[in-house]
Amino acid sequence: MDLRKICEEIRVDILKCIGSIGVGHIGGCLSIVEILAELYFKHMNIDPQNPKMEGRDRLVCSKGHAGPAIYAALANRGYFSKDILLTLNQSETSLPSHCDMNKTSGVDMTAGSLGQGFSCAIGMAIGSRLKKDNAYIYAIIGDGESQEGQIWEGAMYAAQKKLSNLIAFCDYNKMQIDGNLEDINSLDPLDKKWESFGWNVIVIDGHDLGQIDNAIIKAKSQNEKPTMIIANTIKGKGVKFIEDAGYGNHSMSLSKEQVEEAIAEIRRNA
Amino acid sequence: MEMREVFVQKLSEAMERDDKIVVIDADLAKSTKTWGLRKTFPERALDVGIAEQNMASIAAGLSAYGFNPFITSFAPFVTRRILDQVAISCLYSKQNVKIVGTDPGICAEINGGTHMGMEDIGSLRSLPDILIYEPVDEVQLMQAMPFIIDFKGSMYIRLFRKVIDKVFDENSYKFDMYKADILKEGKDITIVSSGIMVQETVKALPLLKEAGIDAEVISVHTVKPIDGDTIAKSAKKTGLVLTCENHQIIGGLHSAVCEVLADKCPTKVAAIGVPNVFGEVGKLPYLKQIYKMRDVDIVEKCKQLLKEKK
Repeated sequence: MDLRKICEEIRVDILKCIGSIGVGHIGGCLSIVEILAELYFKHMNIDPQNPKMEGRDRLVCSKGHAGPAIYAALANRGYFSKDILLTLNQSETSLPSHCDMNKTSGVDMTAGSLGQGFSCAIGMAIGSRLKKDNAYIYAIIGDGESQEGQIWEGAMYAAQKKLSNLIAFCDYNKMQIDGNLEDINSLDPLDKKWESFGWNVIVIDGHDLGQIDNAIIKAKSQNEKPTMIIANTIKGKGVKFIEDAGYGNHSMSLSKEQVEEAIAEIRRNA
Repeated sequence: MEMREVFVQKLSEAMERDDKIVVIDADLAKSTKTWGLRKTFPERALDVGIAEQNMASIAAGLSAYGFNPFITSFAPFVTRRILDQVAISCLYSKQNVKIVGTDPGICAEINGGTHMGMEDIGSLRSLPDILIYEPVDEVQLMQAMPFIIDFKGSMYIRLFRKVIDKVFDENSYKFDMYKADILKEGKDITIVSSGIMVQETVKALPLLKEAGIDAEVISVHTVKPIDGDTIAKSAKKTGLVLTCENHQIIGGLHSAVCEVLADKCPTKVAAIGVPNVFGEVGKLPYLKQIYKMRDVDIVEKCKQLLKEKK
């Protein structure tokens, strides 16, 4: 499977999805596309025909505002029709701005209030250990989200329980709503923080499919520690005017023309 | 038998039968007596340390994975402190988490104001889909435990920890989570009580009789969803209601009763409870005295209300 092509399709569908309502969390959706492609199309043991399959791998997108990225990936993976992507945030939609396990096929946990999904993933990793089902639990947290105290409560306990079946990504795009992390409340040195909390830490370029692949393989190769893959990313990756908006792209309005221009750019650069 | 012993004994029996039940503590396992469970069930009796937010969301994750988790701590630390985790991880996500808060209200005694959850019902009651249960005595809790264990959804169990006088007879009492219990019928005034104030109300009965007051006494163990029919029927008969609770008089039983009666049978409703002040250190008799929550205070209040009624 050509994962680069998959990334292209997910990016285009994120643009269409958010474009359908004209505003949304575009920056933090585009920054996790390669991670989602590797997870949903290569590493996760899942079945779109049986979304609640026992013993499946699970993904908790704790930065719940990246819902549209998850939806675009799930639609491409066959969980539901791509037409549904155009219902984002419309009345009675199955695709709310933030991930909701009770509304969307393929979403494993509700998230949106930051920090909580990460602990839920820890609960699932404990659950998997109890059931002895050999599943992997994946989580994606935001870097801004990492300012929440609950993330570090979870960090301590996952290491305490040696949850090596928990593989987390930090989408380290270094921006949050109010500005750049370094100007608001810096996380540096993020790798040292996670190491000191007892995690297996791997720092990668979050847009390099090979590096993501290797990091997941490396995470699975040990059974002592949970793994934090710090993915250096670009908020708004893949569309120049969105990248150029900087932290302003956390949530931004997109006109029809801008959506078309962005899709054309993604197609051109593919 | 201590209330916590009843709770843990029944939970332990259920954990023996059902490997999906998990209990999570936050460094208060010795207080809640869940400590003993980790010997028998070392993998399913967890302690996250002093991290209640993490505890609630981990429980939600376990629930999403098919488990039936119980989380325990002192009342304010599983309610006030983690309201958002209860709201979002547990309730909004439609998970099945049993939240056990001990030493509610003034029962925190010498731990003082910081440890007194006196607004726990008020804050939780406004959240959709939660069931709020406060057991009255060990007889009732014994009967309630199978319901609690089997309940699909999130609920708050507001648990007095130690030994408390029995109100119900173990041979004749029949518990229904959704029905309030009429302890005594009467015609002059309806007293609606919950938690430790049920015992206080029962103690007041001979004094009320002496004063010539024929009170109807209703014990409410489930404040959400409240048994509005029983309360409204009684209010219609007596035309006067007094609520007694170990909680702020804002947001708890008093508010719930007023909401019901405003709709079903508008009636004057007076309140005994914590008069919207923060708590302080003290033993129960002292705290009941300063907040006017004793049996004699109930009698005085009834006398005054009936005088005003005439």
